[in-house]
Amino acid sequence: MISIKKVSKWYGEFHVLKQCTTEVSRGEVVVVCGPSGSGKSTLIKCVNGLEIFQEGEILVDGISVGDRKTNLSKLRSRVGMVFQHFELFPHLKVIQNLTIAQCKVLGRGNQEATEKALQLLEMVDLSGHAQKFPSQLSGGQQQRVAIARALAMDPIAMLFDEPTSALDPEMIKEVLDVMVKLAQEGMTMMVVTHEMGFAREVAHRVIFMDHGEIVEDRPKTDFFGSPGTDRAQQFLSKILSHSA
Amino acid sequence: MYEFDWSSIPGALPYLWQGMVRTLQITAVAIVVGIVLGTLIALLRLSKNSILSNVAAFYVNGFRSIPLVMVLLWFYLLVPQFISSLIGRPSIDIRLLSAFVAFALFEASYYAEIIRAGIQSVSRGQVSAGFALGMTSGQTMLLIVLPQAFRRMIPLLLTQAIILFQDTSLVYVIGLTEFFGVAYNTGNRDGTLVEMLLFAGAVYFFISFGASMLVRTLQGKLAS
Repeated sequence: MISIKKVSKWYGEFHVLKQCTTEVSRGEVVVVCGPSGSGKSTLIKCVNGLEIFQEGEILVDGISVGDRKTNLSKLRSRVGMVFQHFELFPHLKVIQNLTIAQCKVLGRGNQEATEKALQLLEMVDLSGHAQKFPSQLSGGQQQRVAIARALAMDPIAMLFDEPTSALDPEMIKEVLDVMVKLAQEGMTMMVVTHEMGFAREVAHRVIFMDHGEIVEDRPKTDFFGSPGTDRAQQFLSKILSHSA
Repeated sequence: MYEFDWSSIPGALPYLWQGMVRTLQITAVAIVVGIVLGTLIALLRLSKNSILSNVAAFYVNGFRSIPLVMVLLWFYLLVPQFISSLIGRPSIDIRLLSAFVAFALFEASYYAEIIRAGIQSVSRGQVSAGFALGMTSGQTMLLIVLPQAFRRMIPLLLTQAIILFQDTSLVYVIGLTEFFGVAYNTGNRDGTLVEMLLFAGAVYFFISFGASMLVRTLQGKLAS
């Protein structure tokens, strides 16, 4: 579904991504972790072309993201993305946040889009909030709306860029619960997160990045059981001791 | 002690009203055209194409570096010839037309800067969110960025409109009579120039001050 081959990226002199290669198959949940500045957010943003890369190739459902001839907007409309800071549209009501792209990008009628939106709001347990503005919701609620907004486009895969790191601790669970539900329904997901509990529960594979490199890319049990590198070991012990 | 004589004002009110209508006409045209054109110029100025952004920058800096009176005079000298070469003698008052054009183009340069700042105040993440949903750059600008930019810019746009409303009095240099011109002429005719100008000043003050109060209320509302 998502295939990343030898992707390299530079910000000027700074080498952000170094020959990153990995694969996410249909229905697979892959968690990307690593210290901050390791390039994990940059990598996930390359997948839907929000960041450009200079070398290598990324294929999403067989379509090349880096190819100039690719219709990026069309490709992005098929890949959902959830951001660290939610990025709901503050001038639109919750329901409009969920319908605007359905109508303007997919060309759905207002009624069809609204029905879809209400259905998804129910799924993220926010049925009563359709007519509110994003600023009237808590962080956790906003992030659940953002997930529903992405799902409204019927994406073939979902990208999560640190979806819980801007949230207060008590709101993290409600967002993770929705993500777990999605994973269990078989959604293809690539998730940048420090939530190792989530990784343990639903991830198939864990990718560990450091200094722009994919250091480890292994099935979750292997990763948590016996990390193959010192760097991953150190990172894990820091993170796990913190959350314990 | 100077004896004020207000008696000629009631009789002059219908003329003053006509003048005010003209003032408001020019103001309205300049606001509407200025904002539309200003938005386009702001978008050009933010464009990645360096030729387009330089042309826009030249437009903005050019108009902002010339006194409005001069712009008015220039357009008064230019527009009639331009129009008549295009469509022959126009039926509309040529002075009014050149005032419309001059004010609209002049205001566009000021609005362009306000709107550019507004667009830049919308976070990059909002643009990413639009893109991530499959919107094109145009859709993201139109549906996501501009509505937020304008909302934030309303107080500044209105403040600029108040300045514009007062600046319309400058059209006297091309012999066009709006509110201020009517007040001046009637005062001159009746020998009550001082009273007339005091009265006109009071009217400008109340309208502008009232509008400023409105802006302040709006600002409070938008900030919350």
